[in-house]
Amino acid sequence: MSDAEQKKTPLYEEHVKLGAKIIPFGGWVMPVQYTSIKEEHLAVRNAVGVFDISHMGELVASGPQAGEWLNTMLTNNITKLAVGSGQYTFLLNDDAGIIDDLIVYRIEEEKFLLVVNASRIEEDFAWMEEHLALDVRLQNESDRYAGLAIQGPRIGELFAALFGATEMPARNQIVQFSLDGTKLWVARTGYTGEDGIEVFFAAEDAAQVWNAVLERGQSLGIRACGLGARDTLRLEMCYPLNGSDLSPKHNPLEAGLGFFVDLTKSEFTGCAKLKLVKEEGLMRRLAAFKMTGQGPPPRPHYRVFRNGADAGEVTSGTLSPSLGYGIGMAYLDCPIARPGEEIEIEIRGQKFPATIEKKPLLKKS
Amino acid sequence: MNVPDDLLYTESHEWVRREDDKIRVGITDHAQAELTDVVYVELPKVGAVHEARSTIAVVESVKAASDIYAPVKGTVLEANKALQTDPALLNTDPYGEGWIYVLQVDDAEQLKNLKDAAAYRAAIG
Repeated sequence: MSDAEQKKTPLYEEHVKLGAKIIPFGGWVMPVQYTSIKEEHLAVRNAVGVFDISHMGELVASGPQAGEWLNTMLTNNITKLAVGSGQYTFLLNDDAGIIDDLIVYRIEEEKFLLVVNASRIEEDFAWMEEHLALDVRLQNESDRYAGLAIQGPRIGELFAALFGATEMPARNQIVQFSLDGTKLWVARTGYTGEDGIEVFFAAEDAAQVWNAVLERGQSLGIRACGLGARDTLRLEMCYPLNGSDLSPKHNPLEAGLGFFVDLTKSEFTGCAKLKLVKEEGLMRRLAAFKMTGQGPPPRPHYRVFRNGADAGEVTSGTLSPSLGYGIGMAYLDCPIARPGEEIEIEIRGQKFPATIEKKPLLKKS
Repeated sequence: MNVPDDLLYTESHEWVRREDDKIRVGITDHAQAELTDVVYVELPKVGAVHEARSTIAVVESVKAASDIYAPVKGTVLEANKALQTDPALLNTDPYGEGWIYVLQVDDAEQLKNLKDAAAYRAAIG
């Protein structure tokens, strides 16, 4: 894909001004880091950081039948969602393969906001349009929205500095707030394992909101954070990345995310296959591992070995800035995918020892 | 960016210090700034013979692994073991404590193909 075809978020110029290193990501050009992945990572773990997530997609489903219809398209149970609540869920194909993982918020009784992965916006929209029910309106609002993730233990102080002394929404709740005259959807969600919020608002206000967050967070030690830190933060928590850990080749059960699949609710796309999978038992699971000796960090696509035999492929891997050793995830046969089991990761022709760990890799006190 | 006048440079951002018929090699200040947060260095094996522009070492940042190339043909005499325990030396002192290896040069004439400081400065803008 040439540069001309790569999309820029409304904050692109702000990233360039801050001296960010820009890389292609899922059809977009995005900041991978501003100063250092490690520093940005630790800012989120110890203070607060802000990420541009404007590349993510926003689909809006509305109408009297919207909830009922979404419940046939998504794995989690939408009837449990009160107005102002969100839930993590999956969009599956007929074979229970994962098209996308997303958060659906009920923003009005008959109106739902779906926040989807950047690289899957068109695919999700096309799939859902194809299966659209009568009386449901589905709109792709992705270009109209900008988004920020503001994450870290000092979020409470920053929230007060931004929105006044009001309380933050509860976990997974979404509430509208005003910031300097701009209306923002503020959700208590995130992808880092830290307390935090994700905010969505009109694309034309992006620079103003971004700079207000950086200014008011300055005394708290806020850092602008890129995709590099976003990846290391989520991997320490074993949150999956679509396209790496999730794909149409995998179902949510083997990804270890059955908590977000309700097999007892009314029928949904992929549920027959998932019931069958559950009945027959899982063959493989997405396991987390850590490197145990000195060696290079694991990377996606490195081969995994067990007793000298090829056992699979690393789907995500990095050096954990919080833990100081290499960590990763891989789909492995169930007998191997258990905490304490020993594997080897092949790196440039040499095998390095690793052990399967319980998720999450970073145990927070 | 710091580009010392007394060193030679490659297009792939290694620096080269002549020490008689040997050379000491590391990565430039520009390269370490681009990589940031070096977390692992795979050192060359002492005694190994490398062709010019072949991969001789690997430097890993949090995000990615980057190959380091031999500037000329030669035999590895020494590798900087300190980098095994403290790879961040490449960031903190790229031209000093952060050296990567020493190479016995096969043909000193080949060193003429390397850039001087002025040419390297121009190359990195």
